[in-house]
This record gives sequence, structure tokens and C-alpha cells, in this order.
Amino acid sequence: MGFEWIKIPYSLLTLFIVVNYGLLLNALIAKIAARVGRRHGIPIWQNYVDMIKNYGLRTSITHGVMFYMGPVFRLSGGVGLLLFVPTIYGSVMFSNLSFAGDLILALYFVFFGTLGMALGAGESGHPYAAIGVSRGLAQVTAAELPFALAVFAVALQYETLSVTEIVAAQQGSYLNWTLFTNPFAVAAAMLSFLGSMMRPPFDVVLAPQEIPIGPPTEYHSSYLALMQTNRAIFPIAKMVVYMNLFFGGAVSWPIFFVKIFLIYMVSVLVGVVFPRFHVEHSVRWFLIWAVPLGVIAVAIV
Amino acid sequence: MDKKTHKDPAKTSAELPSVDLNPPEVQPQKPPAPPAERTIELPEELRKRTVKGPGGVEIEVEPLRDYYCEAPPTVMPAAYSKIVEDLFNWARAESIWILGFGTGCGAIEMRPLMTPRYDAYRYGIQWRPTPRQANLFVISGYLSVKTLKRAIRSYEQMQNPKYVVGLGSCTINGGMYWDSYNTIKRLDEYLPVDLYITGCMPRPEALLAGFMDLKRMIRAGEAEGANKYAEYFDWYKANQKRVIKDWDMPDYSW
Amino acid sequence: MIELYEQLKQRYALGEISVQRFDLVFITVPRENLASLLLYLRDTEGFTHLVLLTAVDWIEDNKFQLTYLINNRESATDLGLRVIIDRDEASMESIHDLWPTAATYQRELKEMFGIDFPGSPRIDEDFILEGWTEIPPYRRDFDTLEYSRDTYLERPGRSTSDPAQHMKQLFYPEDKD
Ligand code: SF4
Repeated sequence: MGFEWIKIPYSLLTLFIVVNYGLLLNALIAKIAARVGRRHGIPIWQNYVDMIKNYGLRTSITHGVMFYMGPVFRLSGGVGLLLFVPTIYGSVMFSNLSFAGDLILALYFVFFGTLGMALGAGESGHPYAAIGVSRGLAQVTAAELPFALAVFAVALQYETLSVTEIVAAQQGSYLNWTLFTNPFAVAAAMLSFLGSMMRPPFDVVLAPQEIPIGPPTEYHSSYLALMQTNRAIFPIAKMVVYMNLFFGGAVSWPIFFVKIFLIYMVSVLVGVVFPRFHVEHSVRWFLIWAVPLGVIAVAIV
Repeated sequence: MDKKTHKDPAKTSAELPSVDLNPPEVQPQKPPAPPAERTIELPEELRKRTVKGPGGVEIEVEPLRDYYCEAPPTVMPAAYSKIVEDLFNWARAESIWILGFGTGCGAIEMRPLMTPRYDAYRYGIQWRPTPRQANLFVISGYLSVKTLKRAIRSYEQMQNPKYVVGLGSCTINGGMYWDSYNTIKRLDEYLPVDLYITGCMPRPEALLAGFMDLKRMIRAGEAEGANKYAEYFDWYKANQKRVIKDWDMPDYSW
Repeated sequence: MIELYEQLKQRYALGEISVQRFDLVFITVPRENLASLLLYLRDTEGFTHLVLLTAVDWIEDNKFQLTYLINNRESATDLGLRVIIDRDEASMESIHDLWPTAATYQRELKEMFGIDFPGSPRIDEDFILEGWTEIPPYRRDFDTLEYSRDTYLERPGRSTSDPAQHMKQLFYPEDKD
């Protein structure tokens, strides 16, 4: 099978849609949180303005090569994750490059951004960045564990590592979703999902009040704008993986939007209710609650 | 107030010896203070020293030279095309990120802006915890020399374009700290101020109105404080060094 | 409190006493007695809390007065011990071994009044002022107005009005006297 060049504009289109959706979704979430506090909240286009502003700053300084690479790695983590899983199942236009990579690659990309960030933030030499990074790595590693177990369970269950085939197996009725066929795996994965979304109670990595904002402390202007872009893409990409693995994928954009929104709301709702965990708390929490669920999920398949 | 302690204001002022707060020139001036005996030394970690590297290599370290980039700032031109610059100015005006650094009493009046009652977020105003990401530095009240030092460094770490708003009468002419041995009286001598908001304390509404004015200025491309700072860098530095007697930092911190 | 004073008087040489309130008393003590008195009051009489340590500049007498205010939580009473020291060679024994917090007060006094406390931790470091070159600013012969005029640039056009006169003008403009 030769490479179809038409896939490139198609993927770019996916990327474009996802970026915009991500920016709007983030603003919408902020707006909902503001409404809960009886505020007006930010305008829905605020994220765009902030990005233009950051790209438009006249000066920027660097701390070395890795400092440049940090945001780039992070962004490629998000983009890569997005492109190697089928965004819309059954659509030639939006299944992207999913033929080329499987679940393991996707797993790798989830971690990739954090690692890139660790390198970049380490180079900035700011102590808060270092604290943030070490917390982030500890927490992401702990959160990754149940997710990996859940993914193994799913892979065993469907006896494939291809995301497309996993989605295919879940079509038909919602009773075919992994959510119902293997609830333990989904539970473990959703707990891990909470941990990787950087929302309370697992936002000690950014911790705006104590270590100014953790890893990105030194980032500014275009670097920051790049990272903002990634903040739009990465959660969505991640949720696409979840949606594909556990919630039956999406066959059209409206279903995609709704499902992503609902998955996102899970972490938001948990976030507004619970206060922040310490890193050691959250690591322990993942090991005690999420990992056994993952083990059960693998065991019963 | 209780009756006994309440005095007729007129009577009180009559009892008080009249204090002339602005002595005329004819008053005999005290001789100038003798030159300082105490010479101020750089703190240990900033002094020039030799360190032993691995393998016994001796390395001369001069921290202020080696660890910081001291190159003075340069005037940054606007974007080439007017349309692009206008777009950027619009974005800058609509997305003002304030550095979360409170210097005086005024810091307390900034907080209500985040609350549901005033909710500055709806105007695109946010607080950022690091100077690298902030565009607006609100000097919220009196600035002691010690704080001025930190304020200068924070300001210099912000990225061009950046704005400074002076809050309260203390930043304008010293306010009620006009005779203090430790607070500066005119902020614009030390940092390029775009806008002053008067009052002691200004109400949050006044702050919001001030921010709206600032937005208008940014939009019109008038708020070029960072370039002004770069252009008159020597003048600002001279003023700063006159009051900060123990200058133990790089001349410009990037 | 008076009983305490009488009782202390039998053991220590004490100066005059001034009773401010029933629960606040100041006693002047000679400087040699201070440390032992404080130790006794802390360990035996229950004055466990050092509220503050501050100084007064009696420039006319060429003296500094140090005030050690201690508090007894049980009986909710405060006792101030006043020590008069010489102004020219202002120096006093440190009490940081009785209350570690005293070291901070002593640093401040060193900086603001120039009173030395030999042996107190970090006594020579800058406390609030950084790079101060004049005489310590809380000494009364330091002219803060003049200093601020010389050092900090002023904005012209500042005017000052007497608050009482101003309010009178505002509310009773017809009332002339
Ligand atoms: S202007 Fe008034 S409120 Fe503001 S810092 Fe000065 S004294 Fe405080």
C-alpha cells in the first residue's frame, strides 16, 4: 500500500478542528467554573487573544537549546498522539495516520510531552520549574501505571493492538463499549485520566499558589504560546484515545464533540469538588485505588 | 466617639504649635551629613572568587559578569505592517496579564478584582505568578527602597511590551509617606509609568476604570514604556542607583 | 502584681514601678539584674512569652531605654522591664538564650537604633534596611524629613493642609473665629 499524500491535508484539517475545539473547550470550562462562582468569566475567545498576544510579544529570551525544544517536544507529543489514533472511526478523511502506529505508540506519546517539558524546564534553571518537573514526573508515572494496565486489559480482550480494530469491535450497540464489557479497565483508566489532566485534585504540578506555575515558570512569549496551543491539543488527543478505547469511538464530528465534552467534564467535576493532593498522596492514591482495579481488569480478561 | 475625648477641631489646632511643613528657603540649613563611613560590600556569593574545579583546575568566577547577561535593553521596533501591529495592539489590550507582586497597602485592593463582584477576568485581565509571562506591573502603593530593588528586577524580566501602573498617591508624590526615610516618592523616576491611578486607597472601581484607560492607550499604541526604558536606560539607572545604595545585582536582568 | 513586685524586691535591686493598669506594670531594673530576673520570671513566675523588645531614645538624657515586655498566659498579665543604657556606647547583653525570638528583635534594634547585642545570632546582617549608610534611622537625631528630601526626588506641586482647618472650611465655611 503506497502512502496516500492526500492524508496530509486531511490530518492538518483534523489538527485545525481539534485546536479550535480545544481552545473553545478550555474557555468554556473556565466559563463554567466562573459561573459556578457567580462570575461572568472570561470571554469565550479569550484563549485566542492570549495566544495572539503571546506570539506578538517583541522580545523573548532563551536559556539554551533544550529550552527551545521543551515546548516543541510537548507540542509534538500532543500532535503525535492525535495523529496516530483515528479521530473519527470509519472516515477516510479523519482516521489520519492510525494505520502506522498502534496502541503502544500512543502510550509512548502520552509520556513524551512530559519528558520534553522536563528537559526544557530543567534547562531554564528556575528552582520552581525543577520542583514542578519532579512532581510532574512522579505523578504522571504513578498515573500512567493504571492506564497501562487498563490498556493491556483492553488489548488482551480484543486481542489486538490496533486502535482502529479496537474501535471496530465496539461498534453496534453501546453495550459493546469497553465501558460495559470491561468496566474495571475503564474505572482504572478513568482514575488515571484524572491524574493526567492537571486539574484539581492533581494539579500540584502547576500549583499556582505555591510554586508559581511549576515547569513553565520561565516560559514566555512564543514559547508560551506554543504551550498554550498544546494545552488545547493534548487533552483532546488524550481524550480521543480514551474515547476510542473505552467509549466506542466516534463516527462523526458531532458525536466526537459531545463525547469529548462529557469525558472532559468528568475531570472538571471531580476538580471542583476535591482539594489538591500532595504528590506523595496522589502517588499513594493511584497505587492503592487505581492499580488494583487495573490488575483486576487484566486478571478477569 | 465618646464625649470626653471629642474635642473641638478648631481648638485642637489652636493648641498645637503650628508646624510649617514646607519650610521656606531662609531657614538655616543643617550642614550636609558627613560622608558615609560604612562601605557596602557585595554579599559573599556575588564577590569575585576562585573556585577549584574537578581535577584541580582553578577557575576565576565573577558572578555578576558570568552568571547574568548585562547587556542593556534595546528599543524594539513595532511590527512592520500597520495592520499587524494594530492586531497585536488589540490583542495586547484585550489580554492584560498582571504580575502578582503587591508592594504596598494597594495590594489588598487588587484582590477584590478577582472576586465575583468585580470580576476583572471578563475584561481579559488575569494575574500571572511569574514576571516572564506578565505584561502589566501594578506598583500597588508605597515602594520602599528594598522593594524597589525587587520591583526593578521583576520589571526587567518582563518581556517587551510591558506596562507599569502606579496605584495610589504614594507612587505619585509619596502620599502619606512623603517624609519617610525609606520610601521613594516619584515612581516615574525609576520605572517608566504609563498610568497613575489616584487615591489612597483607590477603590476597585477606580482600578477597573484605570485598566480601561490603559487598554485604550495600548490600543492606540501609546503605551511604549518598555521602549522608553530602553531609550533612557542610563537616566533610569542613574536614578535607581542613587537611592539603592547597595547595588548588588546585574545592571540589567534579562 | 504589686505582691509580685514586693516579693521580687526582696531579692533583686529594683527601680521604680509604674502601674498602668491592674494587669500591666512596668518596673525599672538595673542592667546586671535583667537576665537573672527574666530567667526567674520565665521559669518560676510563669511569664513565658516575650511579647516584645523595643527601645526608646531619651536623647536629652543621653540614654536609651530598652523595654522587655513579657506576658503571663495563665493570669493574663503583662510585665514590662525597663533597662536604661548609655546612649554613646549603646550595647546590651543578648537574651537570645532565654527566648530565641529575641534575636530578631535585637537585630532590628541594632539596625534601627544602633544598639549592639554582642553574641546575638546574625546581629550584623541587614534586617529591613539594605545598604543603609546614615546613622540608624530611629535615633532621634536622625532627621528623616531632611534625609528624604535629599535622597528622593520630589514631585512639585504638593500642598499640605491642616485636617482640622480643612474640615472646618468644608463644613462650616461661615463660622469664622
Ligand atoms: S497611597 Fe495610601 S493606601 Fe496606597 S500605599 Fe500609599 S498609604 Fe497605602
